Amino acid sequence: MAVYQHDVVVVGAGLAGMRATLAAIQKGADVAMITKVHPVRSHSNAAQGGINAALTSRGDDWDEHAYETVKGSDYLGDQDAIEVMCQEAGAAIIELEHMGVIFNRDEDGRLGTRRFGGQQRARTFHVADITGQAMLHVLYEQILKVRARVYEEWFVTSLVLDDNKAVRGVVAIELMTGQLHLIKAKAVILCTGGTGRVYEPSTNGLIVTADGQALAYAVGASVMDMEMVQYHPTTLMGNGVLITEAARGEGAYLVNKDGDRFMQKYAPNFMELASRDVVSRSEQTEINEGRGVDGCVLLDLRHLGRELIETKLSYINEVALDFANVNLAEQPLPIRPGNHYEMGGIKTDVNGRTPVAGLYAAGECACVSVHGGNRLGANSLLDTIIFGRRAGDAAAADAKETGEVKVSDSVISIDRDAIKNLMDRNPTSDTPAKIRLEMGKAMNEGVAVFRDEAGMQRALHTVRELRERFTGLGVHDKGQVFNTNLIFALEVGFMLETAETICIGAIARKESRGAHFRTDYPNRDDENFLKHTVVTKGPSGPVITYSPVTVTKWKPQVRSY
Amino acid sequence: MRVTLDIGRFNPDAPNAKPYRQEFILEVEEYYTVLDSLIYVREYEDPTLAVRCSCRASICGSCAMRVNGHASLGCKTKLISVMDKDGRVRVDPVGNMPRVKDLVWDMKPFWDKIRAVDPFLQPEGPEPEEEYIASPESMLHLVGVMGCIMCGACVSDCTVLEVDENFLGPAALAKAYRFTGDPRDGKTKERLKELNEYSGIWDCTRCMECVQACPKGVAPMERIMALRDKTIAAGIRNTNGARHAEAVSDFVKKSGKLDELRLVPRTYGMFNPMSLNSLFAAIPVGLRALRRGKLPPIIPHKVEGKENLQAVRRIFDKVEGKK
Repeated sequence: MAVYQHDVVVVGAGLAGMRATLAAIQKGADVAMITKVHPVRSHSNAAQGGINAALTSRGDDWDEHAYETVKGSDYLGDQDAIEVMCQEAGAAIIELEHMGVIFNRDEDGRLGTRRFGGQQRARTFHVADITGQAMLHVLYEQILKVRARVYEEWFVTSLVLDDNKAVRGVVAIELMTGQLHLIKAKAVILCTGGTGRVYEPSTNGLIVTADGQALAYAVGASVMDMEMVQYHPTTLMGNGVLITEAARGEGAYLVNKDGDRFMQKYAPNFMELASRDVVSRSEQTEINEGRGVDGCVLLDLRHLGRELIETKLSYINEVALDFANVNLAEQPLPIRPGNHYEMGGIKTDVNGRTPVAGLYAAGECACVSVHGGNRLGANSLLDTIIFGRRAGDAAAADAKETGEVKVSDSVISIDRDAIKNLMDRNPTSDTPAKIRLEMGKAMNEGVAVFRDEAGMQRALHTVRELRERFTGLGVHDKGQVFNTNLIFALEVGFMLETAETICIGAIARKESRGAHFRTDYPNRDDENFLKHTVVTKGPSGPVITYSPVTVTKWKPQVRSY
Repeated sequence: MRVTLDIGRFNPDAPNAKPYRQEFILEVEEYYTVLDSLIYVREYEDPTLAVRCSCRASICGSCAMRVNGHASLGCKTKLISVMDKDGRVRVDPVGNMPRVKDLVWDMKPFWDKIRAVDPFLQPEGPEPEEEYIASPESMLHLVGVMGCIMCGACVSDCTVLEVDENFLGPAALAKAYRFTGDPRDGKTKERLKELNEYSGIWDCTRCMECVQACPKGVAPMERIMALRDKTIAAGIRNTNGARHAEAVSDFVKKSGKLDELRLVPRTYGMFNPMSLNSLFAAIPVGLRALRRGKLPPIIPHKVEGKENLQAVRRIFDKVEGKK
């Protein structure tokens, strides 16, 4: 083992992590970024459609963007936070452009936009349909430019507390050697992404395993609104791969087996570009009522023409051909709603600070909250860039004011013993993969697009049973070098912990709001539930409290598209 | 569908660790990719199998590997398209890079080379208050090369790297192209000068392996060729590669045919003191060729027929006019 020391440690190297790292370095802090995969493998890659911003210099209004975000959130987003995000968006886009992102241009050579769901105006900046990848690789270019310290393929197993219960570092396994290291820090920023693999199927990559949520929860930070799980309206059957909303932004239709554009019924004004929760529910209704095709509805791009598909939607064109054997210019593509995004996360303020000293979070693992009950498409990239930077700034500033880190090197023995136990235990027929799959299926049945008490209770019951089974789990791979079997087991532990917070938050919210739609409570109930669900770890399990939603100028109204 | 996966394995933790092969016979769905089947092995047959993977949708670049000897992304390769008639598929780690465990390889040499091309935008002059103005075509053109996901498939199958590990290689050179092709970058000439050096753009042998291996259509070799054009256009010609290209072009333009005999001194540079060694080194080759009757003619051949020569020149006019 080795002991390292930095001012700021950033866990995760997606867009939020890299933006936070760059910000903290710029503020003069000694920063290290720890990531369980190489930075360019991070799941921010998979964001396809674009990033929202109201550029006021060209007649757009950030206020309008903020209002549409509030409405999209079904009034659960904190309006002060949403104002911050939307107000700073324009400058952030220009900054990204200056870094080198090859944003799409209009005829005059200026930044061009496309329209995205839940918004009246075209304010989504994009790079074809690989916006996340194009941004991620450019941020990594900047990381290389400033020669930032990166601990690549290190998996964080726990956060380290000092005697005052402040987070002062992390313990991590170096995959290449299997060695456990202690990295002391005055501030730790979690940027570990979402919870996708808690569900099966999911659009998310196999690395998206709720690590940060579980790490923070374990040291007393709270997770908020975890029941708000977004199902994306257009995912592939089978492996659940994402088909970008940009397809509909460019004009694609959703049709049922009779060829009807069914969104006419559910969202006559916004049609296919209503909020994602609305579109997913509409699709699921069509499927449930027998107007689907093999458990799917159809995404029809044929009228857009081959040229547009090949230039502006080249990646999904490739995906459709590779994974569904469909040529988008010639055939409609079967799609269905699928797990995609976690609106909830580690509760933070607009500077990424959690109530636990020394602990920060940004990006999908955090809940500021700007997405509330439902995130608008192309607001997630914006979230990572704005709040990644803010968390980096705040952590660097706080680190300056923080004295010497007082953590004993022996704290590492807790993780070492736990891992040794896992490694020494003889594997049974139970495996991390089996447990993960059973959890994923239970969640996808019980806590999905349409929910009810009995279904959610079943999911919770399954998750708790699986947690029991997990305690007896052993790993097959006893090696030191690149032991992915061990890492997967640890990830499954993180996911089970997080799954429980999703279930209990969902069961307790006896109303329908945003992505949380209950057939037994089909209406929004502002009187009782215009509030955030806050789950904290208590001595004998999770404890639910509530915190108020910040309303600045947009009073809750009936939401229609 | 039954498939036999023949996996090249390596466990560095084992005493006297040596690579070995292991077969897994699986019953899988027809739509399975190579990666799906490896994940299946890892989850249900042998959890010790090491393979990097995440997105399953050819965007994260984790799962480059050799399938039946050629590099590709495991997640983009359908089993059914690579199985032989007995249902066998051979899977190995990428080539040209050190092995860590099973299909996991050491990424350090790969990234060292990316770092070597200063892979970040270096604009010149004061930053504009708003965005840089750039034509839509210029940005769209870069999408093709920005589509690179740094998976390493091209580097795996690069035949130059097999014999010369110093070659920057297709991925780094494609990355370099992304900046020389970016109208916002202010260091194009410096970059080209750098790439013109030993182990740079002129070391590619145009074998096309990288174009074939690339799962994202980046076509690294074509980017390398474009870099050569840019280098010559920028007046950076003091290399064997540039002189060779220019000489070939001159000969063909003049006579419609290649003058192989004079190509040698033209390539090394007639008045270049550094070239003497190379020229002397070429003499034995010439003598051997003479002995076997393969020495190119002293008086260069010409294309027969005036109209044929004109046709050749028309091609030149067209190509050069286009530039």
